[in-house]
Amino acid sequence: MELTTVWFILIAVLWIGYFTLEGFDFGVGMLLPFLAKNEKERRVMYNTIGPVWDGNEVWVLVAGGATFAAFPEWYATLFSGFYLPLLLILVALIVRNLAFDYRGKRDSASWRARWDAAAIFGSYLPAVLWGVAFANIVAGVPINADKEYTGNLFTLLNPFGLLGGLVTMTLFLTHGAMFIALKTEGDIRHRARALAVKLGLVAAVLAVVFLLWTLVKADFEAMAVVFFALAAVSLLAGIFAAWKGREGWAFIGTFVTIAAAVAGLFWVLFPNVMPSTTDAAFSLTTTNAAATAYTLKVMTIVALIFTPIVLIYQGWTYWIFKNRIGTHNIPDPLPEPGDSAPTAKEKAHSA
Amino acid sequence: MDVLDIARWQFGITTVYHFLFVPITIGLTAIVASFETAWVRTNRPEYLRLTKFFGRLFLINFAIGLVTGIVQEFQFGMNWSDYSRFVGDIFGAPLAVEGLLAFFLESTFLGLWIFGWDKLPRGLHAATMWLTHLGTLFSAWFILAANSWMQHPVGYKFNPESGRAELVDFWAVMFNKVQLVTFPHVVLSAYMTAGAFVIGIAGYLYVKKTDDRALYRIAIRWGAWAMFIAGIGVAISGDVQGKIMTDVQPMKMAAAEGLYETESHAPFSVLSVGKLDGSQATTIIKVPGLLSFLATGNFNDEVRGINPLQEEYAATYGDNKLTAADSYKPVIPVTYWSFRFMIGLGLLGALGAFVILLLTRGSAVKKWVATLGILMPLMLVAANSWGWMFTEMGRQPWAVFGLMSTASGVSPGVSVPEALISVVILTLLYAVLAVVEVGLLIKYIKRGAEPFEEPPSVPVGGSNDDNAKLAFAY
Repeated sequence: MELTTVWFILIAVLWIGYFTLEGFDFGVGMLLPFLAKNEKERRVMYNTIGPVWDGNEVWVLVAGGATFAAFPEWYATLFSGFYLPLLLILVALIVRNLAFDYRGKRDSASWRARWDAAAIFGSYLPAVLWGVAFANIVAGVPINADKEYTGNLFTLLNPFGLLGGLVTMTLFLTHGAMFIALKTEGDIRHRARALAVKLGLVAAVLAVVFLLWTLVKADFEAMAVVFFALAAVSLLAGIFAAWKGREGWAFIGTFVTIAAAVAGLFWVLFPNVMPSTTDAAFSLTTTNAAATAYTLKVMTIVALIFTPIVLIYQGWTYWIFKNRIGTHNIPDPLPEPGDSAPTAKEKAHSA
Repeated sequence: MDVLDIARWQFGITTVYHFLFVPITIGLTAIVASFETAWVRTNRPEYLRLTKFFGRLFLINFAIGLVTGIVQEFQFGMNWSDYSRFVGDIFGAPLAVEGLLAFFLESTFLGLWIFGWDKLPRGLHAATMWLTHLGTLFSAWFILAANSWMQHPVGYKFNPESGRAELVDFWAVMFNKVQLVTFPHVVLSAYMTAGAFVIGIAGYLYVKKTDDRALYRIAIRWGAWAMFIAGIGVAISGDVQGKIMTDVQPMKMAAAEGLYETESHAPFSVLSVGKLDGSQATTIIKVPGLLSFLATGNFNDEVRGINPLQEEYAATYGDNKLTAADSYKPVIPVTYWSFRFMIGLGLLGALGAFVILLLTRGSAVKKWVATLGILMPLMLVAANSWGWMFTEMGRQPWAVFGLMSTASGVSPGVSVPEALISVVILTLLYAVLAVVEVGLLIKYIKRGAEPFEEPPSVPVGGSNDDNAKLAFAY
């Protein structure tokens, strides 16, 4: 296999890693206003992803870096072309990450409310925009002979792109609900499971329309049909498992759904990396956007050695934090300096 | 204002801002890991209290360092797409490897450290902070290798067919001579900065929390040792770096002194007044031969001046589109003063650390000594910023020295409104975050170290008590 193909696959794998992992923590952020009934439950939700969200996010940084190294032209065209959406994603990721880190650092309702808003906004925006971006990459965007994107923000907000955004949003919502059901105990676990079934059905309808539309664009290419069928079947199986109370299988269901859908989109994309709607001759491909064979060889060696190590220790972290948590595991917030110890009456009031 | 100016402002703002947090992160992971290791080995409660106290401050700082780092990786492609196309074959690899080797390590093991107090045995818990520190070192290595390549491109070949620079020797890029001296200089500066951070905060608390002085004295001493030893290393590596810089970027050294004509036994002006660019300056304090020594290691050797270098570069690079520039001089007032502020503040910091070490030997520390310590972190953070401004602005007009001008690297497809929206949003957001971050730091500094609390003794994976409260929770 040619190294350019190997790197196309590796970049697809990095995006699959990103969407399957960060997908559920986006989902948890997006579900905050709907699932948590009180402050304790909100904290349960935050803490299910506490030890892992940062590691999940690194997948996109490595995907970006790998694209820069393996396909510099792709990186340059994509990042300078999708300028404002990427800026919005950056802002969203910044405020979202800080919401996780800073929310519990002051015991004040207004402080927490502001960071909740940041976490919610910072989860919805990228969940939608990544879908818009990928739908447009697969469908093609206007690119000229100099490999420059010639559209603007509104070029990307076409029906297919927007549907792609709705699909990623609803899939991540479902994935997040499945994750909450899997990682919590008590009342919230049951509500999360019930919500996952409802959200899953909405996601299934949107995803099937989107994937069929993609298949129409791809002339029902056989392997793409297989990937997308797998995505659809595992989503339905996941929903069924959630309905039956089998939370582990349910989560695996949405995990496979996202992985198969992303794999299928990359399959449809290949050998292009950014098709041009201006003229097919201007399309960026795995060949004309690639780095040299030498760079790809060096990178391949590094990836072969270190990717398994990363997978092992990241997997180990998930094992360490395997226990479910519930409201009874959440400690009281640190009192503000100057606060006297709350009286029994105040304690009763705040509970 | 065109996209180039805006993109340069954005790069300057986001990079200087990012680097306010980076050295503290690199250095403080090592210091916190040292405190925790000391606790594991000696069981003395003070060390655990210091681990937790500085660990919490570290996390507040780290959060912003992390999010501002994401912007760094994205903006090469967003604002500098022609640069990315031209150098991607070489420059992309260290960035990708940084993600794979460093970011995963940092984020995963820091997550384990933060949430793992009741999940990991003590030794393993301390090890997670050391692995986080190792992650920061990997990160520094690869990003500095990328930057060193921009200062002194090696291991590449220009391919006229593809019109870009292409990698021919990965190891040459990894072990660029500029990289070999930049890495120790930056990492040691980071240890110095974190030492200063510890001294400053412990000094303040030493004065405020009179009943807990023994604890903060330990921290002051640890910080001062870190700062002093690292400071010596920073001075030595900085000296070597100056000589290598003179070799590979003579214009930068000439601009550091405002030396317009080539001179032997060239003097170094410690302080001068007059025109800011030094073209008609009255030097107040001047050390004969010192510039020659800084540049070459010999007080009598020749140092090349700005004017002859300008002529030489104009002749060599003037007729190629990628390398043509109106002037090959950096902004002289910036290089002149940033060079002095960097060195001056750094040396003053090392000296201050030495004085603090001498004056804190007895168990009682004079109040003014502790107060003096509060200045240390401010000085060091400023020294780091000036150092990068010197390095990066001193390289101008080049993006990659001798290969590509900054002007030819900017994204051709990005419009002025887009670039303006980006720089305005990021700057405002960064300003708000600075206020939030400083507010939190002050809150948790004032709070001081928590009383000692024996952490649970647990097997790997934690106990099986499902009802236990989490040791750490958001």
